[in-house]
Formats: sequence, C-alpha cells, structure tokens
Amino acid sequence: MSSLSRDEVAKLAALARIEMSEEELVGLASQFGSILDAVARVQELNLDGVKATSHPQPLENIFREDVVLPSLTPDQALSGAPAQEEQRFRVPQILGEAE
Amino acid sequence: MINKTAAEMSSALASGEVTSVALTKQHLERIADVDKKVKAFLHVDSESALAQAASVDADRAAGKALGPLAGVPLALKDVLAQEGVPTTAGSKILQGWKPPYDSTVVAKLKSAGVVILGKTNMDEFAMGSSTENSGYGPTFNPWDLTRTPGGSSGGSAAAVSAFEAPIAIGSDTGGSIRQPAALTGIVGVRPTYGAVSRYGLIAYSSSLDQAGPFGRTVLDTAMLHEIIAGHDPKDATSLNVPVPAVVAAAKSGDVKGLKIGVIKQLQGKGYQAGVLARFNESLEILSSLGAEIVEVDCPSFEYALAAYYLIAPSECSSNLARFDAMRYGLRTGEVDGASAESVMNSTREAGFGREVKRRIILGTYALSSGYYDAYYGSAQKIRTLIIEDYKKAFTQADVLVSPTSPITAFKIGEKSEDPIAMYLADVATIPVNLAGICGMSLPAGLADEDNLPVGFQIMAPAMQDQRLYNVGAALEAALVLKWGGHLISKAPALGGAK
Repeated sequence: MSSLSRDEVAKLAALARIEMSEEELVGLASQFGSILDAVARVQELNLDGVKATSHPQPLENIFREDVVLPSLTPDQALSGAPAQEEQRFRVPQILGEAE
Repeated sequence: MINKTAAEMSSALASGEVTSVALTKQHLERIADVDKKVKAFLHVDSESALAQAASVDADRAAGKALGPLAGVPLALKDVLAQEGVPTTAGSKILQGWKPPYDSTVVAKLKSAGVVILGKTNMDEFAMGSSTENSGYGPTFNPWDLTRTPGGSSGGSAAAVSAFEAPIAIGSDTGGSIRQPAALTGIVGVRPTYGAVSRYGLIAYSSSLDQAGPFGRTVLDTAMLHEIIAGHDPKDATSLNVPVPAVVAAAKSGDVKGLKIGVIKQLQGKGYQAGVLARFNESLEILSSLGAEIVEVDCPSFEYALAAYYLIAPSECSSNLARFDAMRYGLRTGEVDGASAESVMNSTREAGFGREVKRRIILGTYALSSGYYDAYYGSAQKIRTLIIEDYKKAFTQADVLVSPTSPITAFKIGEKSEDPIAMYLADVATIPVNLAGICGMSLPAGLADEDNLPVGFQIMAPAMQDQRLYNVGAALEAALVLKWGGHLISKAPALGGAK
C-alpha cells in the first residue's frame, strides 16, 4: 500500500505553484495511496531492455526558411493580459528591491 | 429539419430547399428550447452564427463553389481557440478569455463554410470522463437527464444527441470523443495522432491529444473528418501525408473478406452484461456480412490504464505551467508587495478545479527525481509494449474491435468522489491513444438492463482511418435495417419541438 503524507503533498503543491488549504492537503494525501497503488502496476512487469516511448511518432527537427511570417500584433498579444503597461505585460515583482 | 443528418441538410442547402440562415435559426431555437435541461453549451454565439450562415447563403446565391458542409451548423468543444469568442477549456482560470487567433481546426471549419453555433461544455482541460469536472457545472445526458453524457467532450456529444447540432468537434486524449459518443448513442472518431492539427487546441497531454468529429451517422462524421484533417506547418507533430479517403469509405461499407480482431483483454470482467450482449450481436452481424472474426491477444493492455494515468498527468503538469497569471487568464492575490510567485500560487489555487490539481500533483510526483524511472519511465516502456501488441494484432486482423465503454451512462455524482472508479471508464479507449492510432465508436443498440446506448469500438492502424469508416458504415447499415431507423431516433424528445 503506497501512501503520501500531508507534508509530501504540500511540497509537491509548492513545486507546482498551487496554494492549498489544510483541508485540500489532507484530502489529497488520503486519496493518493489508492491512486499510487493503481498506477504502480506499471512496475509489475520486467521491463529490462524495453525501449521507452515518449511520443507515438518518430519526431525530428523541422526546418524552414528564416523569413518573417504574419504573427500577432502587440495589441492582440496583450489583449488577454491581466495588466499591461507601455505595450508590455505588467507582472508583480519578481526580484527583491535590493537586487 | 433538425432531425435530418448533416448529409441530408447539405443536399437540402444545395437544392435550395432550405437556407443556411433558416437551418441555423432552427438549431438556435432547439438550443433555446432544450439546453436549459441538457446544458451542452457554455457559450452560444447566435449573432456570429447567423452572420456566417448569411454569408454562405450569399456565396451560394452568387454561384460560388462551396464545400459539402457549407451552411451546416456545428457545436465546438471549448478546448479549441476561436478568435474573439470566449474560450475556457471548462476552467475558471480562463474565464472571459477571448483568443486573439483561430485554432487550425476552426480556421478550416470557417473556410469550409461550416456554421459554428457555440462552444460546448467539457471536463476542465479535458480531464475527466463525465463532464462533471467542468468549472461551470455538469452537462446532462439527453437519454436520461439524471446521468452524465460521458466526457471529457460531453457537451459536444450531448449537443449532437439532443439535436442541438448535427455535428460537433471534440478532442480525445484517453477516450474523450469515443466514450461520450458511446454514452449518448452517436458516432465519434478519434483520428490518427497527427492527422488533425493541434494548433490552438489547448494542451492537456501533448503526445496523446487529438481533435476529432462527432455525428449522428458514420457518413456525417466522415464528412467532418475530411474537413478538419490535413497537414499543418503550425503543428510540428502534424503528419505530412494525404488525408485518408474517409468519405468514400463511409459510402462503401463492405466488410466481405475482412478480418476483424476481437481483443481478448477488452471484454469480460468489469463489462456490463447488456454492453457485452450488444457487442456480441454486432460481431454476429459483421460475420453474417462476410467478415471473418478472430480473437487477438494484447497482454500489455492490462497495464494501459496505469501507464496512461502516469503519462497524461506528467505531461499535464508541464503543459499547465503556462497558466501563470502573467499573460492571460485569471490573476488573483495581487496585493501590495505580493511577489510573482505568491500571485501564481494564489491564482492557480483559485482557478484550477479538484481533478486538475490532483493530476498536476500526481504528474509532479511521477516526474520528480527519485521516482522518475519507477513511474514515468516504466509507463513509457509499457507504452512501447502496447504499440508492439497492436503491431502484432494488426498482422492478424484488418481492424480490431471492443466495447467502447465497459458500462452505459452512469448517474451524475455516482463516481465523482472516487477517482479510480472514474478512471476505469476509459479502460477500453486508452490503448488507442498510447499507440497514436485511430478509433471510432458507433451505436450498437440499447442495453437490456437500463435501455441506455452501448458503443461499439473499431480500431485501425495509424493513417488507416478509412478502415474505421468502412467497417462502421457496414455495421451501421445492417443495424439501421434491423432497427428500422437510426438508434438516435429513439432518444427522448426533451419536450422541445423536433
């Protein structure tokens, strides 16, 4: 039986940038055991020597001529912005005042 | 006219029996009549639909060459960007967002003259099998309003089965077109991965996502498939190969001499008796039409669900990182001196629903160092084994078949508190996505125990989508003959004028 503690869920939530209430953390931790048990079935088979598939198609780089193609105007690109200033996305402070 | 097929509407438009404006109005009236019960639509765009219809009518009057579905109305899953029209993917984090561009699917629909009626409800970011995970409330199954229409494309499936639109677009990452098609008694196809451009399709799991068509008949579905498929330089995973001749296949429907493989692992335990009865009946029909039925063994399919629920959450935890409250969508928690990080944390807490958070956390866990090889790495290897199982099976049969869903439509609320029970709804559809091949669900009748629709799933190798339509058309024709009409004609009228 797998399990994940409330603190482990809190750490994952912080990594995923999702604030969570105490209730959500405890709730998710209590559900995680059965979910992890279900997905841990992938470890039942001997997979030595089996290649990993990350994508259903063989992917390769696609090149094109370096020419300018039509793209969004600044106004279009900014049309959904929560805040903007001088044709730029206005965001909350990222670095501290002293930096 | 709303109870006609899209092909019949197309002929009526071409002959001048009806105008697109009149046809569009009839569908808008039907939506006004029944959608308060079904709740298939998140946004109905009457004005722009009527404008599109008027423009097609004008082109027709001017003698311009028009595509086969020009003037026919359609419902669009809210996961596809449409310029200037609210697009939410069923999430509060995108409430009010209006994309500044059209997805390639929408651009193709517009240039084919298809009239877009509005955006349909879905599980948030396509994560779910019942449409209950929508941030805007559930959609109700037109066959029984106490049940779910399946998901995640439940709104599109419900719109088509409630005669609110003759055709619709959905997307299928683990069964999200085929399973709701099965639960609402219509046809749904997940095309081969890369056959339909993902440009402007809001990403859930990029290596699995694929948009595709819904219709009430195999031919209608094929006509829509042909319009949206094709290579797109804007999608690096788009296949640069000719679109399979799906409409021609849907018109032929000949299974004589074909080998049809029944997948041993996708039947039996966990499958409802009425589902298996309708499935076996369809097999007998195909056999009587001259197909040879063989059994094929796909032992790795037993691990498909586990692999999917590692791969999809892993990819989603990365894809959904774009919802950062900086460039578009919701922003909360912006108080004096708040850092970018705390605004992100607070916005994602407020904007994402329960299931989305669950999958992001699971994906973050599966990708974290120390667990990567055991979870995500193993899942990727299982994916290889599933591809190999299919390869071998397709040397023994031209198409493979199974029930689409192990059960018929379930009650609203029945599985919403039990994630594992909900995940099992996709047990028969997920292998197709992991292998990147194509699959169809079409109605096989009603289950005896509950009188609800049962779906029959057909699978074919990559870019052999025409095989789905050929076999589907043959089975459909035989069933329609047996029933004296399409299954959907037995759906409740919902009190509106038909």
